[in-house]
Amino acid sequence: MSVLILAEYDNQKLKPSVAQLVSAAQCWKQAVHVLLVGNDLAEPARDAAAITGVAGVMCVEAPHLQHPLAEDVANIIAGMGREYSVILAAHSAFGRNVLPRAAALLDVEMVGNVVEIQAPATYVRPIYVGNVFATVRSNDPIQVVTLRASRFDTAGTGNHAEIVNLAPPPASARTRWLSEIRNQSDRPELGSASVVVSGGRSLGSAENFESVLSPLADKLHGALGATRSSVDAGFAPNDIQIGQTGTVVAPELYIAVGISGAVQHIAGMQDSKIVVAINHDPDATIFQMADYGLVADLFEAVPALTAALP
Amino acid sequence: MKLLVAVKRVVDHNIKVHIKPDGSDVELANVRMSINPFDENAVEAAVRLKESGVAHEVVAVAVGTAAAQDVLRHALAMGADRAILLESGDTLQPLGTAKLLKALIEREQPDLVLLGKQSIDDDTCQTGQMLAALLGYGQGTFISALEMENGEAIVTREVEGGSERIAVALPAVLTADLRLNEPRYVKLPNLMMAKKKPIQTIQAAEFGIDVSPRLALVNVADPPARKPCTMVGSVGELVEKLRSEARVLP
Repeated sequence: MSVLILAEYDNQKLKPSVAQLVSAAQCWKQAVHVLLVGNDLAEPARDAAAITGVAGVMCVEAPHLQHPLAEDVANIIAGMGREYSVILAAHSAFGRNVLPRAAALLDVEMVGNVVEIQAPATYVRPIYVGNVFATVRSNDPIQVVTLRASRFDTAGTGNHAEIVNLAPPPASARTRWLSEIRNQSDRPELGSASVVVSGGRSLGSAENFESVLSPLADKLHGALGATRSSVDAGFAPNDIQIGQTGTVVAPELYIAVGISGAVQHIAGMQDSKIVVAINHDPDATIFQMADYGLVADLFEAVPALTAALP
Repeated sequence: MKLLVAVKRVVDHNIKVHIKPDGSDVELANVRMSINPFDENAVEAAVRLKESGVAHEVVAVAVGTAAAQDVLRHALAMGADRAILLESGDTLQPLGTAKLLKALIEREQPDLVLLGKQSIDDDTCQTGQMLAALLGYGQGTFISALEMENGEAIVTREVEGGSERIAVALPAVLTADLRLNEPRYVKLPNLMMAKKKPIQTIQAAEFGIDVSPRLALVNVADPPARKPCTMVGSVGELVEKLRSEARVLP
C-alpha cells in the first residue's frame, strides 16, 4: 500500500504545500505518489517528480480539467483510492472542497486541518477556532487527511520520479466553471509568503491601509494581510483577509499593525514563527501572541520602521 | 422550488470553551449554545429566496439530541416554514450526519440543500461536501454570492488569491460563507410566532443507517503556549532585535 498526495499548482507552478505534504507523508514509511489533475501538466509534473521522497507522479489531463471541479477530482481520487492506505491534501480552499467529497465516496471519515501526525493514524487538529487542540485516532481502512501544510518541513529536490498519465473519467455534468477573479498583485501569495504585513481597523481608511502598509510590505518582499473587521470596513479586499474565515498564514515574520487580536484573527496567524505587534493600546490581546511588541502610534512607527530597513 | 437548510447547535461563538480537568473533552455542561453562525447565513439565504418568490418552502433540519429544537426555533423565527429534528445521539461525525441527511433528503426531495461551510465547534468543514457526494449532486462550497438562473445555482466561491464563479445544476448542495449575507435580527414577535410552527421529530434509528463514529477522541489540550512577548521601546530597538535576536532581517 502507498500514500497518495493530491497536489496543487497555480499558473504551472507547483505550490510549496506539495513538498511539505511529501515530507509529512514519510511517517507512513510507504511509497508516496503525487496526483496532478488539470490540463497541460508537464511543468508541475516535472517539479513534483523532482521532490525527494516521491516514488511516482500521476497526471490526469483533459481540456475539461483546466479548472478542476470538486466533482471531477473527487471521482478520480475515489476511482484509485482503494489502492492507497493514505490520501493527503493541503487544508486549502481546494483541498477542503475536494477531499471530503472523495472521503464520502470511499465511505471513510476525513480528518481535517491536521497540524501534527503523532502516529500513522493519530492526529492533532485544532478545534474551537484553535482554542483547543484535539488528538483523534482514525479507525478507517483508508486515512483521508488534510494537513496544515506550513506545519511540516519542506522536502528537498533532486529526485527523478516516474511520471505516468492516467485516462480521465467522463466529466461531471452537474457543475460548470464560469469565471474567476484573480487579485492583481506583484506581491507573493499570502498563503505561502515568508513575510506578512497585516493591518487592522486602526488604519482608518483604505487610503491609509495602502499608504502606510504597502511600503513596508514591499521593502520586506512580503504579502499584505488584513483583519476581518478592516475588510468589513472596506479598508482592504476580502481575498487578503487572515483568520478563521479567511486565509491561514504561517510566515517567518508576521507584522501585526493596529490589530487588537480577535480570536478569529489569531486563528489565522498563530503558527507564524516571529510575530511583531505594533499597537497604541498596551492592553491589546495581540501582545499575548507576539514575540516583540511596540506600543506606539502606527502612523509614526510604521513609516519609521520602513525607513530603518535597508 | 423547495429548500432544505441544515442547522447545527454549537457552543455560542462568544464563549471561550474550557477543557475538562481529565482532558477527555471540552466542558459543554451549562455552556450557552446557539445556532452555528455559518448555518445562520444558510437560513438567511434560503429565506431570501422564498421572499423573492424563487422558492415556495423552506424546511429547516437539525440532527442531534432533543436540545437542538432551540436552533430549529431560531430558524423558524428567521422565516423557515417548518422544521424537522432528526433525533440521534450526540456522537455524530460528519460522515454519519451526511448519511442521515441524505436519507431525509430522499424523503423530502428538496431542489436545493443549504448548509453552513463549517461548524465552529469541531471546525470540520466536511458535511456539505460529503452530503453532495452521497447524493451524487453538484456542490458549491464556501459561497459568498448566490443567484438562481434557469435551473442552476450560480455561485461565487472564495478561493486563495481571489474568487471563482461556478454554475451548479439543481438539485444541488451549497455551503455558506459568512460573507454570503447579513442574517436578520430575530425579533421577539417572530420568536413567539415560531412557537406555533411545527417541529416534526424523526428518530434517526428509523433509517437503519450505521452512523457509529469512525474517529476516536484521544484527548483535548490547550494549544502550545507562546513565550512571553518582549516589549521594545522604539522602532530602532525593534529593528535591532529582529536583526540580531530573531534573525529575520538581514
